[in-house]
Amino acid sequence: MTTAAIQWTAMAPILPELFLVGVAVMLIGFDLFLPRQRQLLPWMTVVGALAALGMVLGAQPGEGFGGMFVIDGYATIFKIICLGAVIITTLMSEHFLRIINLRQGEYYSLLVLSLVGMLLMASAGDLMVLYLGLELMALPIYALVGLHKKDGRTSEAAIKYFLMGGFASALLLFGLSLFYGLSGTTNIAAISELLSSGDLVASPVFLAALGLIIAGFSFKVAAAPFHLWTPDVYEGAPTLVTAFMSVGPKAAGFAIFGRVVFLGFADLQPHWAPVLAFMAILTMGIGNITALSQTSLKRMLAYSSVAHAGYALLGLLAGTAEGMAATMTYLVVYLFMNLGAFAILMALAQPGRRCESLEDCKGLATRSPLAAALMLIFLFSLTGIPPTGGFIGKFYLLKSAFMAGYSLTVVAAVIFSAISAYFYLRVVRYMYMDDPQESTPVVLVPGMKAALYLCALGVLGLGFFPGSLLQWTLSALSGM
Amino acid sequence: MIPLSWYMALAVLLFSIGVCGFLTRRNVIIMFLSLELMLNGVNLNLVALSYYMDSVRGQAFTFFIITVAAAEAAIGLGIAISLYRSRRSVHVDSLNQLKG
Repeated sequence: MTTAAIQWTAMAPILPELFLVGVAVMLIGFDLFLPRQRQLLPWMTVVGALAALGMVLGAQPGEGFGGMFVIDGYATIFKIICLGAVIITTLMSEHFLRIINLRQGEYYSLLVLSLVGMLLMASAGDLMVLYLGLELMALPIYALVGLHKKDGRTSEAAIKYFLMGGFASALLLFGLSLFYGLSGTTNIAAISELLSSGDLVASPVFLAALGLIIAGFSFKVAAAPFHLWTPDVYEGAPTLVTAFMSVGPKAAGFAIFGRVVFLGFADLQPHWAPVLAFMAILTMGIGNITALSQTSLKRMLAYSSVAHAGYALLGLLAGTAEGMAATMTYLVVYLFMNLGAFAILMALAQPGRRCESLEDCKGLATRSPLAAALMLIFLFSLTGIPPTGGFIGKFYLLKSAFMAGYSLTVVAAVIFSAISAYFYLRVVRYMYMDDPQESTPVVLVPGMKAALYLCALGVLGLGFFPGSLLQWTLSALSGM
Repeated sequence: MIPLSWYMALAVLLFSIGVCGFLTRRNVIIMFLSLELMLNGVNLNLVALSYYMDSVRGQAFTFFIITVAAAEAAIGLGIAISLYRSRRSVHVDSLNQLKG
């Protein structure tokens, strides 16, 4: 009889994830046993995430658990995006949670657990890890969406998100089980070696499997025609959770999308790229055109986040390292500009009033010149006006798609981008040219200010020094 | 010995029944049951393939899916209860506050 001893050294690759699980457990214990020290919770979350960020940056490239867990440049960049999303969201949390009267310790714990899921997704080298990471990310977010039970809309948003997310996971799983049947293994690298030879391209089973996983991934990144849950869920969830959902899970979704489709089936690019090109046009079209008719600023930002998933697909469908680097760069810029715009929306909220409509930002420039100026930067970046990061990100995406020969898609992207200027800049007009509806000043608490400055710094910094981030993502991709 | 294709045909059938149920039923609990049916179709597929290919990975995957489905049930039913408390119904037609 052999004794199975745990080899602790084998755990080294997942050290940041294990550490964050510890932080999540500690947060909920702290909330339970030391309820008076509750104001420390956000700071513990930020410090924990920063420590994990340090570990992720210092990790040696390699594999763990027999290739199930991969640490490479690709994973590291997506991990940094997800960690950044959690850090900035946490900085904004305390003020907003007080406004909507939701001060619960499990909020931070669920946020950190969802982060662990996202980190696992970024590092997934095996279909099992991919699925487990996906569910570990999604389950805490279902709970986060429905956490604010006093607001009647949240349970509706939570059940819609839960049912749609579960359906997407089931579709994805069926596709994964077919890939297992075709290749006899669940390791993504081995599957790509076995299936990329091109003999299977005409096989209906292979096409069904590829279609099912693309459908599942598209649900997660909210790409049309699988975006139908997005506006309702984003509008119904507390704004804070919406801000987090529109950035973190989307980036993690792109991480697994790219891992399977771009890194796994790179040789089959001529077969899947036209499908993605069609989906990208549809996503940008639906997102931008529907956003035109919204009266709620939050719902408008929800449709805009659908549209931005379409832009990010442009880099993925190019199938080149430059394209993938452009998508990753865009997701970094998107992290800053989208969280920034949602942060201003949160700063507008008052106790007992949601203040989510376009009317509520009328005359913001007189109520708070600083908030209006920051919102101006984020909206310019979302539109893609230089010298902001949004322009640079979009430029690289369009360039890589154009180089890959998808000129029609690029033309459509430029047209839809021009259309988007109408609804983004309408907010600017309301802020600067209309009289305020109310005279209460907009208060920016220190945490919110820190988050806003960080976002503005990211948007402008990436706009003024565009090359460095792209070079970094490219070198991370080529170092694999 | 039963051929593999029979198992896979049954798995596809289960999955399709789940998809049809999910898309046509209006009760949240029945939709949730349909989701479980879809997952069981996947499980059957994985176990049958694993047996015929003599590889354990499929069976290991099935264990993970069953575990996650249990966690998903806990959260889903919790959300359904909070929905029932606010609407006095778990019918999809009562989900009409968010649209546009």
